[in-house]
Parts: sequence; structure tokens; C-alpha cells
Amino acid sequence: MSFASEFMDRARVVASNLRHRQIIRTALGNYEMARDRRKATYQDWQGARQLAAETKWEAINHLDHYLLDFSNRLEARGTKVHWASNASQARDIILSIVQQKQARSVIKSKAMTAEEIHLNEALEKAGLKVVESDLGELIVQLRRETPYHIVFPSMHLTREEISALFEKELGSAPTLDPEELTMIARRVLRGKYLTADIGITGGNFAVAETGMVSITENEGNARLTAALPKTMITLLGIEKIIPRLDDLALFLPMLATMGAGQALTGYNTLYGGPRQPGELDGPEEWHVVLLDNHRTELLADGEQRDALHCIRCGACLNVCPIFRNVGGHTYGTTYSGPIGSVITPHLRGLQDWKHLSGASSLCGACTETCPVKIDLHHHLLQNRRNAAQERPDNLEEAAFGVFGWFTRRPAAWKTVRSILQKIQPLTRRFQKKPWHPAKPWTQTRDLPVLPSESFRDWWKNRPKTSKHD
Amino acid sequence: MTEKGQILNRIRQALKTNAPHPGHHAPAQVKNPGGSHHTPSPGEPRNWLPKVGESVEEHRTLFARNAAELKADFHWLDSLEDARKLLNDMASREVWQKVATHAGECTSPLCSTLPCKVLTLSPGYDRNELESCNAGISECDFLVAQTGTVALTNQSAGGRALSVLPPHHIVLARKHQLLPDLPAAFAGLRKKYGDNFPSMISLITGPSRTGDIERILVLGAHGPKKLTILAF
Repeated sequence: MSFASEFMDRARVVASNLRHRQIIRTALGNYEMARDRRKATYQDWQGARQLAAETKWEAINHLDHYLLDFSNRLEARGTKVHWASNASQARDIILSIVQQKQARSVIKSKAMTAEEIHLNEALEKAGLKVVESDLGELIVQLRRETPYHIVFPSMHLTREEISALFEKELGSAPTLDPEELTMIARRVLRGKYLTADIGITGGNFAVAETGMVSITENEGNARLTAALPKTMITLLGIEKIIPRLDDLALFLPMLATMGAGQALTGYNTLYGGPRQPGELDGPEEWHVVLLDNHRTELLADGEQRDALHCIRCGACLNVCPIFRNVGGHTYGTTYSGPIGSVITPHLRGLQDWKHLSGASSLCGACTETCPVKIDLHHHLLQNRRNAAQERPDNLEEAAFGVFGWFTRRPAAWKTVRSILQKIQPLTRRFQKKPWHPAKPWTQTRDLPVLPSESFRDWWKNRPKTSKHD
Repeated sequence: MTEKGQILNRIRQALKTNAPHPGHHAPAQVKNPGGSHHTPSPGEPRNWLPKVGESVEEHRTLFARNAAELKADFHWLDSLEDARKLLNDMASREVWQKVATHAGECTSPLCSTLPCKVLTLSPGYDRNELESCNAGISECDFLVAQTGTVALTNQSAGGRALSVLPPHHIVLARKHQLLPDLPAAFAGLRKKYGDNFPSMISLITGPSRTGDIERILVLGAHGPKKLTILAF
């Protein structure tokens, strides 16, 4: 089965699931209120967007220069920087560090790049115990699911489901109190932080000027992951670069505003090295793995290069009518929603993933909300165009050819129209049949009835009235 | 060639094609502005970010309002002695058995008179002992009015774990450490540390929190359930 038909099958199930719809509507309704209230406190949100977009543009369009600055400064303070061209290299680098340390347990804070390279599976296959420390990530890990949303991984679940899950997997007593559920996870994870050999994190921004990785989180789990284990590993996409430390004064509040409607996320922490001489604690070793994995291919596409500006706030998912109807898991990708539909064809192959560009109403809500002004809905159109240019659909072209031939010949058009009008009671009877050639369209819609009189005839025969009527 | 060389090579090849400048989405017609690109000055976000007011009084009020919204406890006190009294009251009210702190010009005098055991962290401290403490008391670098944030480093605040491992984090600040906004905080950090930044800088905005269960706010997800800020 193709990725496209899997997508269609899942979408059909989720879109008609009223319970799912209710959960998402409540969650995102609250998000929208918080986001708008926060946006209103800015002196000029559009000015902030433009500055953020220009700053990311500068970083991405001088990526070689800034990446070198970043890695040189990290290395100068004792951090080991690794470069990985693809997912398997990144996994191998991390596995070899873990094996060299003879590690048995890993504590992880949220990292979408780790999802992208399927790191947990690789570590588990090598015999390690990996624990996700972000509450939402822990919940989906226990369910053996992928994150539903890049910012809210367990958004699709109710407290009842989470309670049942904890009861089964962690042996806790059932409770419907979100606070008690959170405390169950807190108790379980406390021990893990203290005993884990390795801490793995992602990163939100890589500051070229000072050689620092900035990690944004609300729970404090990344803080603990970067404080307690002896070895810390950070996996970063090469596009995370920003030029200057001061740029964070803009990006951190904007990420918080668009991510969850906060003034600033609970913890924004900058790491510039492993434990330095004279410091009280911290990891003895810090490894930063820089991941390409097709990002340079997206970089080579000037038209869509700005997709690398993405700060993974999730705002475009939240406003997308398609995401809200089909949900995060339907996409079958690491990155869902509009940004996922734009970049997945670059990361995993255009022909296999071009259907995602069709999963859009082209309403432009994503482009309008994006804090770094990525031209998302036009990129979806460009992906459609590129896919068609690369592999033309002969049947579609032939159909349009025939249509074009008739439209240029009024007499032929008129004849066909009158024939279609006469036989339509017959064709309408078959429109719901499974073998109907236009089934994807006719299944959920009725073909409109052709009126007995065409517009041209009506125009010709209309009663003549005076100009001023 | 090394992997690093190959990646940098691919980047340089890719950047030979131009990309449209932000805000323009007609691709082919727009050329890179090249060297004329605008580099923002450090204070430029100030034109767009939320207003913070001019006076210390305005900054204090804003910080207090943000702290209340974040469910952090903020006290603006007259003297170190007032801070001592407040800390001692808190110790008996919350029945502290043991608290953790670090050596510092505010922490040392204030923690020495606490009516409970005090663990002063030194290199090689026992993390399990730290975990068992009722509270962690630390200093900080700055308070940021704009967002109700405490800016601290592992150098100013007793390492990486003290401010997140115990269930209650108490921050001691001098009044002059209150700054208007994030650009001021970054400027302040530069001035204080020069080129030699500590290996961790953390901007803490409220107690640890999560909304991962039905987007309902719960405090104390993994870090402190309570955050108390004393400025004197």
C-alpha cells in the first residue's frame, strides 16, 4: 500500500471521529485564546515577525560560516562536535559514544530530530533502556506511539486514557486528576535522572557567536537531563543556527507566544560546554551531533529554502484546517501539519510524499501565522508543480486535453452538453457505485444537476429590459 | 574528505542559488541583497516586544504582575534582615528538615541562621542528598521584568542541579539586579562574564509546569513545584 492511500485511509477514520474532533477543538481553542492574548501585548507583532524572518534568513543563507563559528567555539571549551550526513551516521555516532561509555540507561528530553532518525529504536536494539522524560513524550512512549504533535505530543489523549495507561505500564492507582497523574510520572522519573548514564537532548537554537545550544522547555526535564548524567549528547539539525546571542531576546518570546501562548517558556537554558574547571556539577563530556539528513537538499532549493527557518513552534499545525480534521498521526511523518507537508517530500522523497501537498485547502492560515514568515502554502503549490513536472500524470493530461479541445469548439461543446443533459438521470443512478470512475469525488458529494437551459441560451432568450431596471 | 567537509561543501554548493528575501514570495525576480543585508542591533527587538516602562517602580510592578500570573511568589523587601525573617518563617511553616544552598554573599549570611540543616554544595556533592532536600536556595544574575524571569548561571546559582532538583526553589536577589527586558539581560550577562560565560545560563520563568494532560496546567512537572523570589 502506498503512503498516499495509507494517509487517505487514516484520514477517513479520524475525520469522522467526533470524540477526536472534540478533544482537538477544546485544546486548540484554548491555545488560540492564550496565543492571541499574548500577541496583543507586543508593540508590533508584524515587526517582530519581519525581524525574526530576516535574522533566520541571514543565518540560513550564510550557514557554512555560522556553523563553523558555532562548532569552533564549542570545541574551544571542550565539547566534542560530530557531523552526520544522514540518519544512520547520526545513530552510529551516538551508539558508539554510548557503547564506549558502557552505558546501560539513557534519559532523554524531547527532541524531534531523535524521532526523525529513529534513535530510540536503535538504542533499544543495542540493549539500552531509554526513558523519555518529557511528560507528553513519556505518555506516547508508553503507548508505543509517535508524538501526535511536535509541541504537544499527547494532545490526542484524555486523562482517562492516560490513567489507564499508567495503571497498566507503571502500576499506579487510577486517578482522573491531572496533577496526580503528573506526580506519578514525576516519581517514576526522579530515580531515572539520578541513575542514568547518558542524557540525550535536542536543541531549539544554536548560537554561532558564543557557541551555545539553547533548549526551551516547561517541565525542567531537560535541565535535569543536562545536569545529572555523566555524559550528555545533543542532537541538532544544522538549520538551528542563529547568528548572535542577542537574537534570543526576540526568538525566545516569539517561540513561547506561538508555541503555547506564554510570555516565555518555563526554562530557556543555554549550554556552552561540559562542566568547566571550577564548576560545581554537570556532565564530564558533552557531544553535539550536527545532522544534515537532506537539509542541504532543501537548502539547494532557493524557492523553498525558507522552510529551514522553521523554529518548530507548531503554530502552523494548530491553525491548519487539515491538521485539525485528520490529526497528527494520519500524516505518518515525523513533522506533521503544513511544515511537515512542505519538508517531508524533501526529507523522504517527493513522489512518495507529494500527496501531503494536496492535503491543503491553500487557505494560507499557516503562512499568516508563521512567526518566521515561511511561505508555507505557496511551497505546497510548488511541491505539487515539481511532482507533476518530475512525473507527469498522462491520464490527467489527456483528460484536460480532451476538455480543452471541446471548450475551443462551441458546436461540439453544445452537442456534448445536450447529450450529457439527456443521459444524466441514468448516470446519476450510478454515481455512488464502487466502480464509478469519479468515485473519490462522488462518494461524499452529489453531482450537481445540469440545468435544462445553458447560460448562453438563457442569455440569448432573456426578456429584454431597459438599462436602468 | 571528512563528514564535516562534505556537509560544508554541500552547503556552499547549495548557497550558490539565491533565495528570495523574507516577505517577498515571487522567487526568480528577487535577488539576494548580498552584503547590504541588514544586521539588527542588539536592542532592536525592543521596538516590537511588549512595553516595559521606564522607571524601576514600573519594572517592579510588571515583575510582580508576571510572577503572580506564573504562580511564583515574589517579595520586594526592605533589607536583608527582612529576607532573613521571611526565610525563617517559611522554614517553620513548611517544616524544612534540610535545605541546599551554595556559598555566596547573600546565601551564606541568610542560610547560616536557618532553623534546619543546611547542605552547602561543593564539588563532588551527593546528588541523592540534594534530591532529599526540602528546598534549594540560590542567588541569581538578574530578574527580568518583561517576562517575570529569573536569569541565573551555574556559576551564580550553585551549579546545574540546585535550582531544579529540590521541590522548592528560593531565589535571592538584590534590588539592583532587576532589569527591564531580555535585551538588557543579555547585555548584562555579557558585561558580567565577558567572553568567559559559565557553561549554563538558565532563564527560569515560573515554577516547573506542564500542560501535557488535556492542556491543563500542573505545577511541578519535574523541577520545583514552588518558586519564591526575594528581592532586597
